[in-house]
Amino acid sequence: MATEQARVRVAFPGKRPDVLTIVGLLLVAAVGVWLLVNFIKAPADFYNLFLIGLTNGCVYGLVAIGYSLVYGILELINFAHGDVFMLGGMLVATMVTDWSLQNKSGIVLWLFILLMLAITMAFCATINTTIEIVAYRRLRNAPRLAPLITAIGMSFILQNIGLVWKGARPTSVPDILPHGAVFTIAGVPYTWNRFIVILFTVPVLMALMWLVQRTRHGKAMRATAQDRDAAAMMGISVNRTISFTFFLAGSLAGAAGLLYALYITNIRYTEGFRVGLIAFTAAVLGGIGNLPGAVLGGLVIGFVESFNNGLGWHAPGSDWTQSIIFAILILILVFRPEGLLGERTPEGA
Amino acid sequence: MASGIEAVRSSAPALKRQSMPRAKRAAIVGIPAFFVLAITGSASFGLVVAALIFCALYIPAWKTLPAGKWIVPIGILLIAIFYPIYQPNLFDVLVFGNFPSVDTGVTMMIFIMMALGLNIVVGYAGLLDLGYVAFYAIGAYTVAWFASQHFSNVTLHFGSVGVAETTPGIHLSIWIILLIAGAFATIGGVLIGFPTLRLRGDYLAIVTLGFGEIMPQIANNGDNLFGHNITNGPQGINPIDPPGFGNTLHDTVGLPTDYLSSPNSTRLFYWTALLLVVLTAFCSARLRDSRLGRAWIAIREDETAAAAMGVPLMRTKTWAYAGGAFFGGVAGAYYGSFKGGTFPGDFYFNISVFILCMVILGGMGNIWGVILGAAFLSYLNQEGLANIGAWMNANGVSDFVFGKDIDVPLYTSGIFGIILVLTMLFRPEGLIPSQRRKQELHLGVQDEYLYDVEHHDEPLYDREDA
Repeated sequence: MATEQARVRVAFPGKRPDVLTIVGLLLVAAVGVWLLVNFIKAPADFYNLFLIGLTNGCVYGLVAIGYSLVYGILELINFAHGDVFMLGGMLVATMVTDWSLQNKSGIVLWLFILLMLAITMAFCATINTTIEIVAYRRLRNAPRLAPLITAIGMSFILQNIGLVWKGARPTSVPDILPHGAVFTIAGVPYTWNRFIVILFTVPVLMALMWLVQRTRHGKAMRATAQDRDAAAMMGISVNRTISFTFFLAGSLAGAAGLLYALYITNIRYTEGFRVGLIAFTAAVLGGIGNLPGAVLGGLVIGFVESFNNGLGWHAPGSDWTQSIIFAILILILVFRPEGLLGERTPEGA
Repeated sequence: MASGIEAVRSSAPALKRQSMPRAKRAAIVGIPAFFVLAITGSASFGLVVAALIFCALYIPAWKTLPAGKWIVPIGILLIAIFYPIYQPNLFDVLVFGNFPSVDTGVTMMIFIMMALGLNIVVGYAGLLDLGYVAFYAIGAYTVAWFASQHFSNVTLHFGSVGVAETTPGIHLSIWIILLIAGAFATIGGVLIGFPTLRLRGDYLAIVTLGFGEIMPQIANNGDNLFGHNITNGPQGINPIDPPGFGNTLHDTVGLPTDYLSSPNSTRLFYWTALLLVVLTAFCSARLRDSRLGRAWIAIREDETAAAAMGVPLMRTKTWAYAGGAFFGGVAGAYYGSFKGGTFPGDFYFNISVFILCMVILGGMGNIWGVILGAAFLSYLNQEGLANIGAWMNANGVSDFVFGKDIDVPLYTSGIFGIILVLTMLFRPEGLIPSQRRKQELHLGVQDEYLYDVEHHDEPLYDREDA
C-alpha cells in the first residue's frame, strides 16, 4: 500500500498538471481540430491521403523496426540502415528491368515478386551483417560515439555506391503492381498496389514478433539486450546474436526496399538517407527499442507526411514536411525520450 | 619503480644541455634555407624534401631551446603567410599535381576555422554535433542580410565599401558583420543547446542533425516566411559587398579600400582568412587551458565525476556549444563575403560530416591535428581529388585497376566515409593525437551519464548495462 502511494507520488509530483503537458495536449487538440475541419471540407481527399499515409507508414515502420532492433541490442544508431534499404530498392529496380516484369502478369508475376522479395531480403541482410562485422564489432568497448561515427561513415560509403551504381538521377522502376480497386470508400478506391504493401507488411511483422517473443534466438536477443555480460555467462554467443539481429534488421530493410521501389516506382541514392531519418524519427516516436512502437511511429509519421503534403485547409505544404518531421523528432527527444509507448526495456521484455 | 623515475629526472637536464647547440644550428639554418629556396623559385622537389627532412630531424631538439616551443608554430605561420608569393614557383608533386591555388587556400582557411570551432564541441567537450552546418548557415545569411541589397526598403550604410552611398539595403562594414555573425551563431547555439544538451551523446547527435536538416529547408523556403522574404529562397542572396577598409584607412595607413577592386584580391582574402585562423587557433588554445576548458575536458572524460567536483554540467556544455557556434558563424560570414553570395544549397548534412571528418582525421582535441586534417581534406575536396583522378586517368592507373577512366570526384562522399571508418577503427586518436584523448580512446572510458536532477523528478534513462 505504501509503495503504491509512493509510486503515485512519483508519477504526479505536483498537484497542478505540468505546463508542458498542457501545451502538448493543446498542440495535439489543435492538430485534431485541423484534421476534423479538413475532413469535413473534403472527405474524399481525406480518405485518399489517409490511404497514402497508411501505405507509406507501413514502409517507414518496416525500416524503423530495423533501427529499433539494433538500438535495442547495441544502443547504437545504425546510420547506414537507411542506405541498406536504398540499395535494396536499387536491386529491385535492376531486377524488374532486367527480367522485364512489366510484360508479365498473373501468377508468374507474383512468383517473381516473391522471388525478388527473397533475393532482396538476403542481399540487404548480408550487407547489414557485413557492416556490423567490419565497422562495429571492433568498437564494442570503445566510447559510444566511436561506432556512431563509423556508422555515419558507412552510410556515406553506401550512398556513394548507390550513386555510382545508378547515377545521380532518380531511377524509375517499371510499374508492375495491379491498380484495380480492392474496395471503395466515399468514391475513393483502395487500390491493389497500396493493399499489397500492407499485405506484405503484416505477415512480416507477425513473423518477427513470433521470432523475438517465442523462439530461442529471440530469447537470446532479449537477454543480450538486457545485459551483454550476463548473457555471455549464460552461454549465449553474444557476437552471433548481434550478427543475427543485424541480419534480421537488414532483411526487413530489404522487404521495405522492395515495397518502396514497387509502390513509389522510383528510387534515388539520397532516398536512403531521407527515409532512414524519417524511419529513425518513427522509431524514436514509438519508443526506441520497442517493436510495435516502431510500427506505430511509422504510421504516425506516414500520416503526418501525407496530410501535410495534401490537405487543402491551412496545411504547411510539402516544402515543410521534412522540417515538421524533424521538429517532431526534436520535441520527442527533448520532452519524452521514452516515446509514445514508453518502454525502456528493448524488445518488450 | 621509484629509482626509474629518479633516473629519468636526473638525466633530463643533461639531455637538454647536450641538444642545445644542435637545435640552434637547426633553427638558424633550416628555416631561412627553406625560404631562400622557396622564394627564389628554385624550389625543386629534392631540395624541399631535403629541407623538410632536415627540419624533421631537429624538431625534437628545438623544444629544448628557451623559446623553442614557438619555433615550429612561427615557422609554419611564415610558410603560410608567404605562400601566395612563392606558390607560382613551386614544383608539381607526384600524383597530387600542383600545389593548391591561393583561391583554394582561402577555402582551406575557412574550413580550418570551422573545424577548430567544431573541435571545441567535439574535441574538448566530447559532444557530437552533426548539425554544425547550421551555424555556418547563420553566419553566411548574416553577412548576406547586412551587406547586400536584400532589405531594399531600408537604406543604412555604416563603414561599407565598394557600394555607392545611395544603394538601398543594409550595408555594414564586414569587420562588424563578422562579430555580429559570431554573436548570432552563438545565440543560435545557446537556443539549440539549451533544451537539448541534457540528452545523452547519441540522442544529442540526432537532435543536432535534426536542426542541421531543418536549417537548409528554412533557407530554401524562407522567401515567403509568413509573407516576409528572409532568405530569398533557392536563388540565394547575391551580390554581397566585398570586404575592405574604406578610404580613410587606405589614405592614412595604406590598407586596401576594397578587396574586389584591388589588383590581387585573392591574396588579400587569403591573408585575412589566415589572420582569422590564427585568431581562432589562439582563442581555442587559450580556451582549452582556461578554467572553462578544463571543465569541458573533465565533462568529456567523466560526466559524473565532473559534476561531483562541482562543474555545472548544463552551463559548461552550453558554453562549449556557444563557443563552437561563434567560430562557425564567423567562418560562415567570411565565406559568404568571399564567395560574394549565400545559397541554400551550401548547407546540407554532408558539409557537417565533412567538417566532422576533418576533426576526427586530424585528431580530436588537438589544434595542430585539426588544422592539418581540415587543410588536407578541404584541399582534397577542392582540388586534390580532381588532380589525383586526372593523374590516374593520364597514366593508365584507372585503366589498369578499373578497366576504364574514372571520375574521382564522383567518389568524394565514399572517400570521406572510408576515412571516417578507417580512422575510427585503426587510429581513433587521429593523425596528430591529443595525449589525453588518446588515452581515453584506447583505455575505453565508460560513458555513464548523469541524470540532471534539476530538470526531472525521475531519471529519464535507466541504464542497466555495465
